[in-house]
Amino acid sequence: MCLGIPGKVIEIRDEGGLAMGRVDFGGVRKEACLAYVPEARVGDYVIIHVGFAISMVDEEEALRTLELFDQMGDLVQQELATMGPGMTAPAVVDIGPARSPDATT
Amino acid sequence: MSGMPPDRAAADPIAATCPAPLEERQRVLLGHGSGGQLSAALMRDVIAPALGAASPGGPLNDAALVDVEGHRLAFTTDSFVVSPLVFPGGDIGELAVNGTVNDLAMMGARPVAISLAYVIEEGLPFDELRAITESVARAAIAAGVRVVTGDTKVVGRGAADRLFVNTAGIGIVPDGVSLGADRAIPGDVVLLSGPIGLHGVAIMSVREGLEFEVEIASDTQPLHRLASAVLAVAPDAHVLRDPTRGGLASAVNEIAAASGVGIELDEDAIPVPGPVRAACEMLGLDPLHVANEGKCLAILPAARAGAALAAMRALPEGDGAAVVGRVVGDHPGMVTVRTIVGSERIVDMLVGEQLPRIC
Amino acid sequence: MKYVDEYRDAAKAKALVREIRRITTRPWTMMEVCGGQTHTIVKQGIDEMLPEGVRMIHGPGCPVCVTPLEQVDKALAIAADPNVIFASYGDMLRVPGSTTDLLSLKARGADVRIVYSPLDAVRIAREHPERQVVFFAIGFETTAPANAMAVWQAAREGIDNFSVLVSHVLVPPAMEAILASPSNQVQSFLAAGHVCAVMGWTEYEPIAAKYHVPIVVTGFEPLDLLEGMLMAIRQLEQGRAEVENQYARAVRREGNRAAQETIFRVFDIGDRTWRGIGQIPASGYHLKEAFARFDAERRFDVGDIATKEHPACISGEILQGTRTPLDCTAYGVLCSPQRPLGAPMVSSEGTCAAYHGAGRGLRPAARPLTVLAGTATASPPVTAP
Repeated sequence: MCLGIPGKVIEIRDEGGLAMGRVDFGGVRKEACLAYVPEARVGDYVIIHVGFAISMVDEEEALRTLELFDQMGDLVQQELATMGPGMTAPAVVDIGPARSPDATT
Repeated sequence: MSGMPPDRAAADPIAATCPAPLEERQRVLLGHGSGGQLSAALMRDVIAPALGAASPGGPLNDAALVDVEGHRLAFTTDSFVVSPLVFPGGDIGELAVNGTVNDLAMMGARPVAISLAYVIEEGLPFDELRAITESVARAAIAAGVRVVTGDTKVVGRGAADRLFVNTAGIGIVPDGVSLGADRAIPGDVVLLSGPIGLHGVAIMSVREGLEFEVEIASDTQPLHRLASAVLAVAPDAHVLRDPTRGGLASAVNEIAAASGVGIELDEDAIPVPGPVRAACEMLGLDPLHVANEGKCLAILPAARAGAALAAMRALPEGDGAAVVGRVVGDHPGMVTVRTIVGSERIVDMLVGEQLPRIC
Repeated sequence: MKYVDEYRDAAKAKALVREIRRITTRPWTMMEVCGGQTHTIVKQGIDEMLPEGVRMIHGPGCPVCVTPLEQVDKALAIAADPNVIFASYGDMLRVPGSTTDLLSLKARGADVRIVYSPLDAVRIAREHPERQVVFFAIGFETTAPANAMAVWQAAREGIDNFSVLVSHVLVPPAMEAILASPSNQVQSFLAAGHVCAVMGWTEYEPIAAKYHVPIVVTGFEPLDLLEGMLMAIRQLEQGRAEVENQYARAVRREGNRAAQETIFRVFDIGDRTWRGIGQIPASGYHLKEAFARFDAERRFDVGDIATKEHPACISGEILQGTRTPLDCTAYGVLCSPQRPLGAPMVSSEGTCAAYHGAGRGLRPAARPLTVLAGTATASPPVTAP
């Protein structure tokens, strides 16, 4: 659970006391209930599940996560770049036989 | 732990008697018409055995080749039950003509003539019937075929979903052309003439209860010019197929099974328009299983791939054509796809009807 | 698609996998409790990218799979009534009850309709005052705000021909039940991102502390899942047991207050039976007494339901993660997506359907699946478990 996809709010209106709107998902537009994101404005991104916005998308957090991935990628690139011929990239340490699942650190 | 399943023979024989009432397994379901595994099962388990010796058997192709005193005729039939009758990008009339022309074209045939039969539900307005028939006319002229015979029946209210259309078509297959679903061989390249999922999403967008706005139209179009252009540069092509119901995945699986080969696709090479992806994300559907109506798969020797691709792209019908995979000797009958993140998985035929999901 | 495509980048996926391998020094067992996450993991082969010894158990995260057999049978009894329009999310149509399923009923003439949103069911009721409209309100906490709003709207507008058959289940009690079980092997959880978007993550803090398991609130795209796994493994390697949030772009600690308010205006917490697992106390939502008139179970006399699971189906153990579909004698033989014997084969999120769709265990692998195309390491290819 649960199919929730991000979409951009393009229209907000009141329908008999319920905040409704139109949301654009990269070329597909559909009605959605915006009652649970009262702070949403046109242009904001929200997560839609079964025709309801259940959360706003925090752009800053989204960018921060992506930057982290980028940095990680750069680190790997650097490692690979410093490897000479004949070296292999870091492999996983040999784990050995499976330990008891109850074992703590 | 090995990948082999436990010994099937040890399965409890009592459990083999399914407690679900047999009648549930003995009725036709909507899913039997989706073009996926259920449709194949209906053909294999009910229809083909009942036809028995009256049918020549052999692989299921888009059209049959019939030898008539030295000439090879392609002969095909199709029924169209789409609802709504009119959808973004076309209507049932246009769909019917193009669908039949394409079945002929996929066997390498030059389409010659088609028949047109209507089963009309009482109450259908004349204007609608006229508009659809005018679409048939336009599509036939565009495809260079004549509607040479037909039939009309009317049934009571409720007995047909407004209008059902059946068409049959004949065409002539030139010498030297030998296409068939069972002809793919390892080493062949898989080409696709353009982006997938357009027809299915266009239909779904106007489906009652779902309705969404999308700037997509059905891709229904005749493919006989595209087919000839490919055959002109690759007369030794092995398979041509237009993926329709069941999507790209079902068509490729059918070919892999008929030819006894494996097929590998590259997910990021398969053209999927943004709005199709968005609609599929929204509904939880796989674009590989969504219906098409104007796309052509071509499986041909690697040496011909470049020329065939160029031939496709030179035509508007081939806008967006791409190499999407290859035929291999591994895992015969199975289709795998290399995913965007770099892993590999098996892609199966569509099971039944595609149902939107929330999970 | 914005906020989707960026989280499917192949190069970044490789970077995350390398980092996971770099920090993993011993075997770990993790569980994701969300069908959507299971679906992505199996479909994208993410669990096969993990280092040898790191295992993902697929938890009971598919509300379709855990909807009690009794509720499915009640749905079927109600849908068979010629005066009823039975509205449901698409997922439930193929779930086998004791004798049949909604799709088969539809084939025999029952008015069963798929809806995208619960408000669509209310609309159908508004447009057909002469019929009874019943909506199958299933789901985890994610879907509860939507289902609650449907009841709330119907009450406000006085749409008396509308009722709901409720079968909501809650995640935290299920996690506790798994952790408390003597056969538990799970050392860390990926919590369901959208459940937490609604409910926040405060409920998980006592669980992490009591059982000393790291819990990472995780999203649904491949990069989200890999990052969530990385964060969980990092905690495991460091001996920490905290609740962390990977899905920061959509989840806040307190969750969505407005949604929670509506949920608790309409629903009470109560006991629920989970198909294949059994009763878990305080693990579901039931309609509050104030909305009892919208309860389809009271409106329709569905009589005594005698439920019967297929004897070969081991869905209980699958859902608890103690066995995999490969251990099931019916898997791929008697039981397949076309002819499912149990719920995990029906929903595309269900573990069995996910395995079957990816071809696992159905045919011997012709060659070991390459873990990651272009990987420079010499690690052995990981075959399907």
